[in-house]
Amino acid sequence: MAEIEFEDVTKRYPDGFEAVKHFNLDVHDGELMVLVGPSGCGKSTALRMVAGLEDISSGELKIDQDVVNDRAPKDRDIAMVFQNYALYPHMTVRENMGFALKLAKVPQAEIDSKVAEAARILDLEPHLDRKPANLSGGQRQRVAMGRAIVRDPKAFLMDEPLSNLDAKLRVQMRTVVARIQQRLQTTTIYVTHDQTEAMTLGNRITVMRAGELQQVGSPTELYSRPVNLFVAGFIGSPSMNFLPGELEGNNVRLPIGSLPLPDELRRRLEAGPGQGRRQVIAGLRPDHFEDAALGGSQQHGGATFRANIDVLESLGSEYYAYFEVESERVASRELEELAQDAGAADLPGAGSQQVQMVARLSGATKAKPGQPLELWFDPQHLQLFDPESGRSLLAGGQQQPAAAATQPPAQPV
Amino acid sequence: MSVGEATGAGAVRARSRTGERTGFFSENVKRMTGWSGALLIVLVASLVPVLWIVMLSLKTPASATDGSFIPHHWTLSNYSDIFKTGIFTSALRNSIGIALISTALAVIIACAAAYAIARLEFPGKRVILAVVLGVALFPQISLVGPLYNLWRQVGLYDTWPGLIIPYMTFALPLSIFVLSSFFQEIPWELEQAAEVDGATPFQAFTKVIAPLAMPGIVTTFIIVFIICWNDFVFAISLTSTTAAETVPAAISTFPGVSQFTVPYGDIAAAAVVVTVPVMVLVLLFQRRIVAGLTAGAVKG
Repeated sequence: MAEIEFEDVTKRYPDGFEAVKHFNLDVHDGELMVLVGPSGCGKSTALRMVAGLEDISSGELKIDQDVVNDRAPKDRDIAMVFQNYALYPHMTVRENMGFALKLAKVPQAEIDSKVAEAARILDLEPHLDRKPANLSGGQRQRVAMGRAIVRDPKAFLMDEPLSNLDAKLRVQMRTVVARIQQRLQTTTIYVTHDQTEAMTLGNRITVMRAGELQQVGSPTELYSRPVNLFVAGFIGSPSMNFLPGELEGNNVRLPIGSLPLPDELRRRLEAGPGQGRRQVIAGLRPDHFEDAALGGSQQHGGATFRANIDVLESLGSEYYAYFEVESERVASRELEELAQDAGAADLPGAGSQQVQMVARLSGATKAKPGQPLELWFDPQHLQLFDPESGRSLLAGGQQQPAAAATQPPAQPV
Repeated sequence: MSVGEATGAGAVRARSRTGERTGFFSENVKRMTGWSGALLIVLVASLVPVLWIVMLSLKTPASATDGSFIPHHWTLSNYSDIFKTGIFTSALRNSIGIALISTALAVIIACAAAYAIARLEFPGKRVILAVVLGVALFPQISLVGPLYNLWRQVGLYDTWPGLIIPYMTFALPLSIFVLSSFFQEIPWELEQAAEVDGATPFQAFTKVIAPLAMPGIVTTFIIVFIICWNDFVFAISLTSTTAAETVPAAISTFPGVSQFTVPYGDIAAAAVVVTVPVMVLVLLFQRRIVAGLTAGAVKG
């Protein structure tokens, strides 16, 4: 167990490309830190620098207070789970898991007992004498995990360990990973591009974009107080809706109508960086819409508006309602990047005067596709961003003394 | 009624199925005959000369040139003859020693070189590959003259190292090519996993990469061994006595019964004997030369 610190760490390739730029991050002892971001954001590079598989161009990397920049992987006492598992095909499961201990000249009896223990935790006991080629994908993944846990290292590094599993198994393995990490209390850095995985697993999450750290925080913090458009658009599923807006006194005028700003939001706006600005980008999470007929508006105030529901997706307990709003599209490089990463950049409808919106409605809604519906939005959860810089205009995205009490502790140890 | 319908339908289905099956069979039979014919031609073309030599080695010297395939008088005297003179036995010893040492050295050096080429980015990598290829293209015969003079001056003429050095040199390009392609196919993550697991780069190579590349290493070993074993050009030019003369060179100097007879029987017997080690080697290792050993390393 150990703390891992990045101090102004940069990875520069010989051709001048910077994969990781001036990265500062503190991973606490015993914490499960998730690095998340779209492909090519430098998250894997950052992880591989911790492992010692990539050189560090500048800055310092500390594990357990020791600068390890120039240490070989074998001298760092870390274990890694690779995306494609990297099991040794010529060894049995038992030999695979015991390999590191054997290299460390651990007595055979101890190796046997540690491997047996790991096999028990991971349910691999019947497969110990098989070769990786004869295992299913899920079993191979567990062997890769087992290889890491037998060593009792200072830290686990996991590089998209579940991305090769099918969806159902991935969800199951996610809980296995979480349980093992909680049980062993080993500092873990977990890299993924899947924001759901990040939100469900992480004690804290680090969002990266183009080699730069965007925001570090608990899942709730990232969800409710994103510091910029990128984090706002990346975290949450379905992703946040963005509309151009204009501030007018205590209201914000949006294409769907005028929303009154609740007091708390107004205070945060006044304390925020963009005072006096009138043009904004408003972020509305699908989760904060509701069918007005179900009576949310009486409780919280807020605005209702009519929309024509194009598509209604039922998930049983809830619906996703898609509708279009007559408006300019929000132009932001960050959002374009996100759309590109999701492969949605070239979907039909892009560039028109319509903005596609999605709302998450309770299962009790009577909404019908193709028919207009009265929708309500809860203004408590409105996000406001600077159209030029993309930064949040609300104070407390990153440091908010008033909100700190409501945030869950950064990490349970 | 419904039962009758069901059987009727079943019968129709069964009939159509047998129809398909016969079609499938005739297609298969056609393909099989085609392949069998082709294989037979290849088999005859490659085995008849070998059989011819075997038969020749079993003929008496008088009937060696009688032109018949099956010997009229079967004899093993040719085999006992070649082992009576010291020439063949010492040549056999030289051949085995020189071929094994050259091959072992070539494979070890080639492993290191191929591993570096497969894994490392270093300046001049392409140049090295081009040079390696150049050596492979170089006609060996053009080196024989210079080497003869050079070896006589430095005292390597008619010694084991005198043959080992050129053999190794000419075996290396091929070995490096075969091995580097094998190493390239092994996922790099395996090595990184080993390093994270606490292995030094050398341990990662010997405990993970080399075992996985074993089919490639064995294949290379056999190919290089055969090249060294069969070489005639260097052997005849750079050796002169039993100190270093290898079998191909020794056979060519077998004395006949008189100055004017060619000892066909002895030559054939020697030729049969020298193919034995190569066959043993291939049979011994053929189990190791199996593809697909890397299966299961990464997700499948």
